[in-house]
Amino acid sequence: MLHLTINGLRVTVPEGTTILDAARSADIPIPTLCHHPKLTPYGGCRLCIVEVKGINRPVTSCTTPVAADMEVATTTPAIERMRKTILELILSDHPNDCMVCEKAGDCTLQELAYFYGVSDNRFEGERRCYTGKDHNPFIGRDMEKCILCGKCVRVCEEVQGVGAIDIAYRGFNAKICPPFEKDLSCEFCGQCVSVCPTGALTGKAWTQRGRQKDVREIDTTCPYCGCGCSLTLHVRRNEIVRVSSRDDTINEGWLCPKGRFGYTFVHSRDRLKTPLIKEKGVHREASWDEALDLIASRLSKIGKKHGPDAIGGLSSARCTNEENYLFQKFMRAVIGTNNVDHCARL
Amino acid sequence: MAGLATVFGSGAMTNSIPEIENNDLLFVIGSNTTETHPIIGLRMKKAYRRGAQIIVADPRKIDLVRFSAIWLQHRPGTDVALLNAIMHVLLKEKLIDKQFIADRTEGFDAFKKSIEDITPEKAEKITGVPAKDIVKAALLYGKAKRPAIYYTMGITQHSHGTQNVFSVANLALMTGNLGKESTGVNPLRGQNNVQGATDMGCIPNQYPGYQRVDVPAIRQKFAEAWSTELSPKPGLTATEMVLAAHEGSLKALYIMGENPMISDPDMQHTKKALQSLDFLVVQDIFMTETARLADVVLPSSCFAEKEGTFTNTERRLQKVRRAVTPPGLAREDSSIIMDIAGRLGSEMRYNCMEEVLQEIGGLWPAVAGVTYGRLEEAGLQWPCPTPDHPGTPYLFKGGFPRGKAAFTPVSFEPSKELPDADYPFILTTGRQLFQYHTGSMTRRVPELNEVAPEAYIEIHPDDARELGADDGEMLRVSSRRGSIKLKARISDRPARGLVFIPFHYHEAAANMLTNAELDPVCKIPELKVCAVRVEKETGR
Ligand code: SF4
Ligand code: SF4
Ligand code: FES
Repeated sequence: MLHLTINGLRVTVPEGTTILDAARSADIPIPTLCHHPKLTPYGGCRLCIVEVKGINRPVTSCTTPVAADMEVATTTPAIERMRKTILELILSDHPNDCMVCEKAGDCTLQELAYFYGVSDNRFEGERRCYTGKDHNPFIGRDMEKCILCGKCVRVCEEVQGVGAIDIAYRGFNAKICPPFEKDLSCEFCGQCVSVCPTGALTGKAWTQRGRQKDVREIDTTCPYCGCGCSLTLHVRRNEIVRVSSRDDTINEGWLCPKGRFGYTFVHSRDRLKTPLIKEKGVHREASWDEALDLIASRLSKIGKKHGPDAIGGLSSARCTNEENYLFQKFMRAVIGTNNVDHCARL
Repeated sequence: MAGLATVFGSGAMTNSIPEIENNDLLFVIGSNTTETHPIIGLRMKKAYRRGAQIIVADPRKIDLVRFSAIWLQHRPGTDVALLNAIMHVLLKEKLIDKQFIADRTEGFDAFKKSIEDITPEKAEKITGVPAKDIVKAALLYGKAKRPAIYYTMGITQHSHGTQNVFSVANLALMTGNLGKESTGVNPLRGQNNVQGATDMGCIPNQYPGYQRVDVPAIRQKFAEAWSTELSPKPGLTATEMVLAAHEGSLKALYIMGENPMISDPDMQHTKKALQSLDFLVVQDIFMTETARLADVVLPSSCFAEKEGTFTNTERRLQKVRRAVTPPGLAREDSSIIMDIAGRLGSEMRYNCMEEVLQEIGGLWPAVAGVTYGRLEEAGLQWPCPTPDHPGTPYLFKGGFPRGKAAFTPVSFEPSKELPDADYPFILTTGRQLFQYHTGSMTRRVPELNEVAPEAYIEIHPDDARELGADDGEMLRVSSRRGSIKLKARISDRPARGLVFIPFHYHEAAANMLTNAELDPVCKIPELKVCAVRVEKETGR
């Protein structure tokens, strides 16, 4: 274990801890843009700079390991001035169209500009202008909003193991893109979207459906495969408008394309909305009472005539535990047969 | 998962998802994990980055092969021969856990005899895997400290699927890789709540919690709890119900949220069977192929419209919450069931879904400690018998529920239908990343459909060349049961002589072709192996 002081507070951490993690363990905030706790440190944005006694230049806290008896200051007038300058530089080449940006309200860059009071800009100058659009169906890639933090590149490589995107070109022209600037063609897991600190990467299906205002977030469990990822449904006016995931659950915040982008079936126009009864080979709409009365009378007649084992029930791996329990109880206790199964075998 | 239950007295993933990253060896057999269980796939990749080695045994060059130390490309349906040879090597190299075998298992001697003859050389002839690779894989598994086995339908969807599962269990038992962290035998369940449906007793011979309907004391317990008489006769499985409908002994079927028309093998047969019923009720969220045949269709709610719990593949119960209201007159499945019960003169009344969970806990102690309140915080893995029990990440720490676990000698049997002059290719079916099961949900998500719009057949470049087929060209694929048309996708993923079709597409349903031959114990149809003929579709 190593001891250090951060802003005069004594903190003890295991060897190998970075200054950033040490500070966070003591609930001392340090702003970051390129850091992500599950990805390798990058040291690109320099927003996390701190002063360390005995070192005359500020150091990036996300890449600097703690040394014994270090004395760290996370906020000094000089440091804060530098941070503000860094933000001004980033924003001098940013569209600043928060009014219509999907990320507004949940954007790290917007939040930092707000806290540092960056509005008009000393560095106004040439802007990157990317007119090409990426035509993949899932992920909006607005590279004018990209701040080159590299998180998307790292998550794709380190977590997803795909490596679909990388930094191309240098300096002012540096840009994150798939090989040869083609349209993105990958697993479309959206891990990159989930770590992007700005509105550069968004879900195309999110567009103008709702951001923060009047949006409720409900945690639930994915309806697709057996991994059981936790989903947070963002709901506005009885419509799911996007899906995200908490990072403290079994799936650590990562999802697959079905979990992240496969929610719109819920509001599909094809949903069944009323009971149907077949007459002379065609389905016609019916009331619940009519449909359920018919079912009850047919089932009891068939049961009486042929015995309960002439009736079977198939339940669903898509239904809840409670529903499955009720279904088998219904078949066994009400109908009187053990003819009940689901499709796990298939 | 009848196979596992026979061996251990419980059939579920023995260990948990977070433990994967601490495996030092992963043996992935018959599971295209990164596509079928993407998030478990991520944990496997994480283990790899932390230095674990991966053995992949799969007839196709699946994505995980990129991360593997060794890839065993065995012929479909030869898993038992492959596993037996691996165990043969472990025995010869004395890489077995004698203590564990003595203390916690039975039937080792008979089992040992059964694999004495199966040398890697013999297995090479059957499986097509070079003997030296079999030896290498055996040594990797045998010498690892925390090796775990992962498998899915690649193992169970065979006419001898139960045998495959026994074989996997034998391997873990002889090496003592059970009841310890980051080891085990881990079947990855395909659908979100398959584990829960089985746990809840939606199986014809067991009540909730794997309690058998033909044991009088157990039946008595349930009869009392439900205040009614109960039938002692085990019921029919899904596939047997379809057969019984066909024969005319089953008259009525009530289907909640299933689409057997697409998921069952031999679609023509399934259709005829369902049409011969006197009465078919289908309760679903969409007008599925099965619902079209129904006398009454009931509109139900999807996951985002109800309260309850799902149990994932590692036995973890997690909360499902209502986020939106169902469309039109659609109702929750639970309230529909209660309503029908009421009309049949039996009261099934619950004020909320948590009361149902409480009733389940009273009948199955493994979930007695689970409450909605506790699930607010995080999921809980059963067994969780008391309100202060933390749940159980890995099973069998203190022993097996049935006392000692039994070795089961298993000998290789070829699949029921093998290629011949008329049907020279082996067809296997499965899923792909962007679609899900019978497609009734994913195919209504335009973006998913855009990247995976249509059925295709994966075929090896050399086989395609012989047919004179180009990538994207229409091919006709026929088996003894039916015939479908679909586009060629030329790829080196399948071996020569093997073709793969995803089963999500109703307009080119792979299950028109597959074989309804059942595993005698589990009654799982042989979806993974059947013989087909592939031709260019002329006149197009
Ligand atoms: S969607 Fe996933 S695979 Fe595609 S670029 Fe983003 S992280 Fe990589
Ligand atoms: S998000 Fe993907 S991996 Fe996770 S449970 Fe859903 S379908 Fe499975
Ligand atoms: S967060 Fe440390 S340099 Fe970006």
